[in-house]
Amino acid sequence: MAIWCADLALDRWRLAEGCPAGEGADATPLALIAETAHGPRIAAANPAAMAQGVRAHAMLADARALCPALAVRPADPAGDLAFLEHLALWAQRWGPWSALDPPDGLLVDTTGAAHLFGGEAMLLADAQARLARRGLVARAAIAPTAGAAWALAHFGPDGAILEGDDLLERLTALPVAALRLDDEVLLLLRRLGLKRLEDLAGIGREALARRFRTRRAPAANPLVRLDQLLGRVPEPLLPVIGQEQPIVQRRLVEPIRHRPLLDRVLADLAEDMARMLEGRGEGARRLELAAWKVDGDVLVRRLEMAAATRDPAHVCRLFAARLDDLDAGFGIELVRLGAPWTEPLVMGQAELDAAAEKHGTSLAACIDRLTVRLGAEAVRRPVPRASHLPERAQRWAPPLEPLPGLQEDFAFHARPLKLLDRPEPIAVIYEAPDGLPRLFRWRGGVHEIARAEGPERIAPEWWRERSTVRLRDYYRIEDSTGRRYWIYRHGLAGDGRGGAPEWFLQGLCA
Amino acid sequence: MNRIEAHSPIHVLSPPLPAGLRRGPASGLLKSARWRPGLATGCRHAEVFAPAGEASGAALALALARDALGADMDDQRPWLWVQDKAALRLSGRPYRPGLPAHLRHRLIHVSAATPEDALFALEEGLRCRDLAFVVGEIAGNPRSLDFTASRRLSLAAEKHGTALWLVRLDARSDLGSARMRWRAAAAPSPPPRWNPQAPGGSTWSAELFRAHTFQPGHWTLRDDNDALAAWRPASAAPDHGDLVRGPGARSLAAG
Repeated sequence: MAIWCADLALDRWRLAEGCPAGEGADATPLALIAETAHGPRIAAANPAAMAQGVRAHAMLADARALCPALAVRPADPAGDLAFLEHLALWAQRWGPWSALDPPDGLLVDTTGAAHLFGGEAMLLADAQARLARRGLVARAAIAPTAGAAWALAHFGPDGAILEGDDLLERLTALPVAALRLDDEVLLLLRRLGLKRLEDLAGIGREALARRFRTRRAPAANPLVRLDQLLGRVPEPLLPVIGQEQPIVQRRLVEPIRHRPLLDRVLADLAEDMARMLEGRGEGARRLELAAWKVDGDVLVRRLEMAAATRDPAHVCRLFAARLDDLDAGFGIELVRLGAPWTEPLVMGQAELDAAAEKHGTSLAACIDRLTVRLGAEAVRRPVPRASHLPERAQRWAPPLEPLPGLQEDFAFHARPLKLLDRPEPIAVIYEAPDGLPRLFRWRGGVHEIARAEGPERIAPEWWRERSTVRLRDYYRIEDSTGRRYWIYRHGLAGDGRGGAPEWFLQGLCA
Repeated sequence: MNRIEAHSPIHVLSPPLPAGLRRGPASGLLKSARWRPGLATGCRHAEVFAPAGEASGAALALALARDALGADMDDQRPWLWVQDKAALRLSGRPYRPGLPAHLRHRLIHVSAATPEDALFALEEGLRCRDLAFVVGEIAGNPRSLDFTASRRLSLAAEKHGTALWLVRLDARSDLGSARMRWRAAAAPSPPPRWNPQAPGGSTWSAELFRAHTFQPGHWTLRDDNDALAAWRPASAAPDHGDLVRGPGARSLAAG
């Protein structure tokens, strides 16, 4: 079954305003506009505006010229899509699964479910009645394939039901737009003089296949769409699956204003949540604590964990750091704990005593505590990256992520123990511009180079950087007091990429 | 360097061992009472004072940590390296390709904004049973790192048995409860055999200036084939550290 909400954006606006169709604010010309690069453009217009000649996709300035009294409201495509998702879940009352057909349609698989409603005609009537009761202008159709149902819902008679095998003969009168094609392809077909499905079916597969051989996407290839319409090739749809989010809440008889009481409530909630998650065999990765204040304000605190957990003590401890700046105002009357992101977590043996106090915490718990206080960016682990540039040869990844597959490191490269975040320029005294300096000055101290190894030339990564980036000649040096550094000369004298080469200190060797 | 040994036999008072300290495998620990590489000290909290302009402090802390772990090379637990912002700015970030081979894939790095956060991270790390050891790096003498904080760290380390190696960059050696306190600086390295002009393996001049169970002393320590060794310049054999790979390999020259 395909459902087409022909006027979804306007219907949503009417529902939000609470005015029935054709009355109140809807009685005067009104349009929903979307901002585009060339100015506001009409996204949808109500019947009063349509009567004055306002059309969708017209520029607002042009529409104003036709209808000066046009009132405008902003369109909300994201809200429409979210509404459509909810509608798709609701539409699963007529079939086991449903799929979105953006921007304003739904597909419901009613195979084998029609007898529950007393036949397909009754099912369709039920769908139309319920959609109308929700205040939506919708057309619905039932057909053996999703493509045929879509075509009938958009271009067929209202409430069409298609049965039987010879689909093509019954659908030949529909326009080619019923094939769910892109505008560009529709324009091409119109220029070719192909207006109806019978025209397409009449010119033979080979000719169509040759003409559209470079179009891979189904929406750009009429032959694929025709086959999908007739059920010759499968058409996978992405079903919408409702995710139930575990939520526990406590309504409080007396609004609480003090932290110890809130901690008590939080502990209760965490235990409820642990019980609920345990029943589902899951652990929470993200938790949201929402506190409704008496004055209607909602305070939300979010928490993300390194590994799935449902340990109430751990959750309470992590939240305790986040609740310090909570302003209870006149009191909190409802506290709700939800887990928007959960992961499967097998049952574990309960801790028989305070094992964490005795044997220490686990790594995941330790990282959670560090992350909550210091931020996720502060706790990282180095992971190698395929690059010759020293500062690019490692990147920082979250600590519990699995390590990517690695190639063996080069054993003959001596690398420093530590790398400065930014290489620091050093002032050098050298005998020849190409050679190694004898002395350099860094952070106010003078270092005399006693021994050195190098150069190790590292060229810039030409596939990534500009052609004017200079190469680097690295030297591993030891100064007269034994301090070992990794310094480099940036560029060569006379390489045409800037003036005299500069020297930098990048690494501190062990 | 044998300044202390010259006075042997050393008269050592035998104080009762503090909690968490165990006597080493050698029963004559207190008799000799002199630290040497490879000795199981049981020390859970050590401080290394080092200048900020070189990596010797962190390197010595890593070498000592590895030495304290002993021959337990199967230990694949991660370890924590906590730096505060000043330490990060002064002495740079750990660089994975330069870390010892069996430690580099297990590093978890924490960059704390303030010394308070760094102390918090150190304590949380010490409480974690899944960490092999914890290295901290704090620059200067922040107000928050007083004797109380130091004592907290000692107690946490001894309670949970995780070793803490705290590197103090450019810091005065003020009050602290560390069981062993080192002062480290870079020392000239032995020249590699095949290229005497190149810098050699890591070498540090380390001074143990305060310890509960050991006599203070001064060593020149070096990283000899992934193990800590005290270097005696008098009997300096030619160093082929750069070429010998693994215990099975033999020096070409000696063959």
